[in-house]
Amino acid sequence: MTLLSVRRLTAGYGKVPVLADVEVEVGRGSVTAVLGANGAGKTTLLRAISGMIARRGDIAFDGVRIDAMAAEDIARLGLAHVPDGRGTFDSLTTEENLRLGAYTRPASPEVERDFARVYQYFPRLAERRRQQAGTLSGGEQQMLAIGRALMLRPKLLVLDEPSFGLAPLVIEEIFGILRRIKAEHQTSVLLVEQNAHLALEIADCVCLLETGRVVKTGPPEELRRDEAIRRAYFGD
Amino acid sequence: METLLHQIFSGLAAGGIYGSLALALVMIFQATHLVNFAQGELAMCSTYLAWSLIHAGCPYWLAFVATVGISFVAGAAIERCVIRPVEDKPALSVVLVFIGLMLILNSVAGWIFGYTVKPFPSPFPDHPLFGNTYVGNHELGIIAVMALTVVLLYLFFRYTSLGLAMRAAAVNPESSRLVGIRVGRMLALGWGLAAALGAVAGMMIAPMVFLDPNMMSGVLLYAFAAALLGGIDSPGGAVIGGFLVGVVENVMGAYVIGTELKLTVALALIVGVLVVRPSGLFGKVLVTRV
Repeated sequence: MTLLSVRRLTAGYGKVPVLADVEVEVGRGSVTAVLGANGAGKTTLLRAISGMIARRGDIAFDGVRIDAMAAEDIARLGLAHVPDGRGTFDSLTTEENLRLGAYTRPASPEVERDFARVYQYFPRLAERRRQQAGTLSGGEQQMLAIGRALMLRPKLLVLDEPSFGLAPLVIEEIFGILRRIKAEHQTSVLLVEQNAHLALEIADCVCLLETGRVVKTGPPEELRRDEAIRRAYFGD
Repeated sequence: METLLHQIFSGLAAGGIYGSLALALVMIFQATHLVNFAQGELAMCSTYLAWSLIHAGCPYWLAFVATVGISFVAGAAIERCVIRPVEDKPALSVVLVFIGLMLILNSVAGWIFGYTVKPFPSPFPDHPLFGNTYVGNHELGIIAVMALTVVLLYLFFRYTSLGLAMRAAAVNPESSRLVGIRVGRMLALGWGLAAALGAVAGMMIAPMVFLDPNMMSGVLLYAFAAALLGGIDSPGGAVIGGFLVGVVENVMGAYVIGTELKLTVALALIVGVLVVRPSGLFGKVLVTRV
């Protein structure tokens, strides 16, 4: 069962196309990782899916065509995009940031339970709940961004390089939580990464993006065996 | 001593007006990073609307509520129809639209209502409360109404989900869309609230400055000074700045420079704040690494 299917996707900024004929799929309860170098179009792909930029092609999410929908409507369908740069609401508190994640849901005991769940995943956010989010460290802001996305109760979690600019220990912590989320809630994930080790470790399916095209799709074991990929992404 | 107290109370009353108009400026500034020059004229038009309603036989407080409601809708409509099309244009285009709006509203009001100065009723009783002689009832009333308005706004922005969403849309529109907030609607709502706030300020100050199409030009200047003094990105600062400007202007006018030079106080404050402390008393200092 596919949750998200992207077909013949073309997108870019102004007149310059960044993506050409891209095909990506995310199965229900599974993790698809998009691997690619700087400038391959990874962020553009995610922004096209979540409706932040103009795009052409067929994008179906949970049985609904979303390729002509606005970002706020796509979010309301249960697609939570953690953008590059983490998208923190700087001048609001940690708790307000999380509350905004649940903006589309009516106030209910369930929302409060999700608060507790996020604080349990990321105890450091609980310590900083009254602090201005802009003063959090990079790692904490990444945790906050993921927490904010979880507050939406998403069917699909879209993550743009959650490891970017973070110390190895923090990356380990964040990916540990992502594995837990996957195991405990069967949340589907579309993950973009430059760090191939991380991506292959967590993914059920990997797409290789090169200069705006998908050049290879397959299970992680298959990509790990591929000679060219080993050279390009693992340095051996 | 008695006259000084009297001046301070008058200053606080005027300051309440400056503060709330400054708050309206700050609300628009936070969303657009521009100062809405038409804010005063919007308030003036609202006041004329209230005057027309009262003149047609409508009881004061009914006219008050209706004016606030209609101003809210009009503010939101102006955002949708006039500001939205230039939203992505360079700052100068938007500023020109603000100035154009200011001139148009001013002329239209003059065309409809004429430039003769009209009296505007005060809703508060004439005979002094508690036998005090320092402060008129209208001044006390202004302070109370403005304080109540500001407290209500604070509670709205601080404790409601809609208020939080409006703040979020101003802080980070992109992230707001990603959590499902309809940012355009929030901006229109912000304009509506600012216009409603201006309407209250206009109706409160009209009995003191009287009603004419240029009644808000001086007031808007004080509101600018208040917003800058408090910090143009700080709502609380705008209110405190308003009270400070009101008191300083009144006391200076009475004892130091005379009433003719009062407006100079506002201008001197604007220049002084920009030179000495551009972020104002409570504003964020913006640091950019290059």
